[in-house]
Amino acid sequence: MGRRLLLPHTRRLMLFLRPMRYSASATATATAGSLRDPLHVCVVGSGPAGFYTAEKMLKGREGVRVDIIDRLPTPFGLVRSGVAPDHPETKIVVNQFSRVAANPRCSFFGNVTLGSDLSLSELRKTYDVVVLAYGAESDRSFGIPGEDLRGIHSAREFVWWYNGHPDMCNLAPDLTNTDSAVVLGQGNVALDVARILLRCTTELASTDIADYALDALRSSTIRRKVYLVGRRGPVQAACTAKELREILGLKNVNVYIKEADLATSPADKEEMRNSRIKRRVYELLSKAATVHQENNDNDRKELHFVFFRKPTKFLPSEDGSTVGAMELEKTLLKDDGATGKQVAVGTGEFEELKCGIVLKSIGYKSLPIEGLSFDKYRGVVPNLRGRVLSSESETATVEPGLYVVGWLKRGPTGIVATNLHCAEETVDSILEDDRKGLFTDPSGPKRQGRRGLLEILEQKNARYVPFDGWEKIDTKEKADGELKNKPREKITRWNELLEAAREG
Amino acid sequence: MSMLEAAHENDIELEGACEGSLACSTCHVIVMDVKDYNKLEDPTDEENDMLDLAFGLTETSRLGCQVIAKPELDGVRLALPAATRNFAVDGFVPKPH
Repeated sequence: MGRRLLLPHTRRLMLFLRPMRYSASATATATAGSLRDPLHVCVVGSGPAGFYTAEKMLKGREGVRVDIIDRLPTPFGLVRSGVAPDHPETKIVVNQFSRVAANPRCSFFGNVTLGSDLSLSELRKTYDVVVLAYGAESDRSFGIPGEDLRGIHSAREFVWWYNGHPDMCNLAPDLTNTDSAVVLGQGNVALDVARILLRCTTELASTDIADYALDALRSSTIRRKVYLVGRRGPVQAACTAKELREILGLKNVNVYIKEADLATSPADKEEMRNSRIKRRVYELLSKAATVHQENNDNDRKELHFVFFRKPTKFLPSEDGSTVGAMELEKTLLKDDGATGKQVAVGTGEFEELKCGIVLKSIGYKSLPIEGLSFDKYRGVVPNLRGRVLSSESETATVEPGLYVVGWLKRGPTGIVATNLHCAEETVDSILEDDRKGLFTDPSGPKRQGRRGLLEILEQKNARYVPFDGWEKIDTKEKADGELKNKPREKITRWNELLEAAREG
Repeated sequence: MSMLEAAHENDIELEGACEGSLACSTCHVIVMDVKDYNKLEDPTDEENDMLDLAFGLTETSRLGCQVIAKPELDGVRLALPAATRNFAVDGFVPKPH
């Protein structure tokens, strides 16, 4: 279990790595698999959850064939369409995913949609194992009056927009009708959105931001004031230190935090005692509150952290066509009485905040599909360590051969690396079930795997994009980007993506 | 050479999603001997920001890509944290941070 290594520049033994991670299934079955028929696995969704799952399945058992399908022609999920353009280092992980896709036992099928090109039951008849990794493509909502006014978008839509997701290229958010944008929520996605609104466009111009978004931001007036509104306090803010440090350090931005909001209760202190992340976030916010703000001339933009406020309604602008303001209720924190968590409770005191655009960043939500159990309250597929269950009830049974991973399994939280561990757990469950012989049914028909998928797609006349189709898109985007000093110029329309995938 | 590079050159499965650019915590390692931990330079704010998010963080945790080989570290022992299970190996129980 331990390895001694000899490294250059040292005279003797340098380091001894001893993996504490012990996975019985991975070591035991790697050899046993070769005695069996190939195991046909389909992963639905090619974001981090899907790719980490594919990688661990390929390593975990010999004779595995993994097909990864995605409804987009481009792989990598939120790494491409979620991670902010000014965070290129977070996207480096696609190198690792590309190596997985290049494995001869793995194939990528882009432009294939579960639910329209093929059904879940067709997939389960074609593959021994189906792993759903399709994430969360919807949003939590407030359910308050005025929420459908123009100018109110979910952060997911706005992020897809500036990242060139083909479903959002026509969003056309109006960034010129006033000077204030309100972001509801204080997690990392909220900070991303605020930061993209506030960052100098000269800095954004050398990122992979979508061209139309850069144009819109250049001509926008709304970026002068951005409010980040949370219903609880600084101790409960969901963002993390790196992102906070970054936004507090933005060029030409004055940051406003009220000292009064930084007062901490015994319950707050307890929360911070138990969490290194919260301590460091609080410290950063405290330091920022004490910085003397320079006179605000026209060159400097404003970032306001607003705490202890929850929206109660959205109000139309004077001409009634879009949102013009929102009503906020002041809140207090109370112990929820059950878990010891502090929740925000309205005090009956209201105030109004004028704004021309609202970005709701209060959480993503997964979408249910036909034939799949779904926990509507939590927005996840009921599961036991990744094994899909027939319902949330205690009497639920395990659905054979069906698994779930990533946000669809855990809910829409965490970072790229969270999926690493999530995939490990799901793959451990799959390999355990494999060892128990749950996928071998000598009486049943042998599943066809890739061959079966290709037959279905041909029957439906569905033109899939193979990984080398993505590579053509990738090459074109990078070449176009080089002309503009950007890492890539994203292709943002469906037809253009499919065309680029077929060229050459 | 960093510990991450050393692991990869020797086929040890230490994840390195961001390839050493301080944008993830997947190369998290636990320095098993506190004396060795103390020989290392303090982590920067940037490394601490990433360590905040690491699974199974301990008082002697570091990012493998930030620990650079040098003669003073001869014989250092690094453990890879158990992600889905917590094991005590040879009596070593990492103290939760």
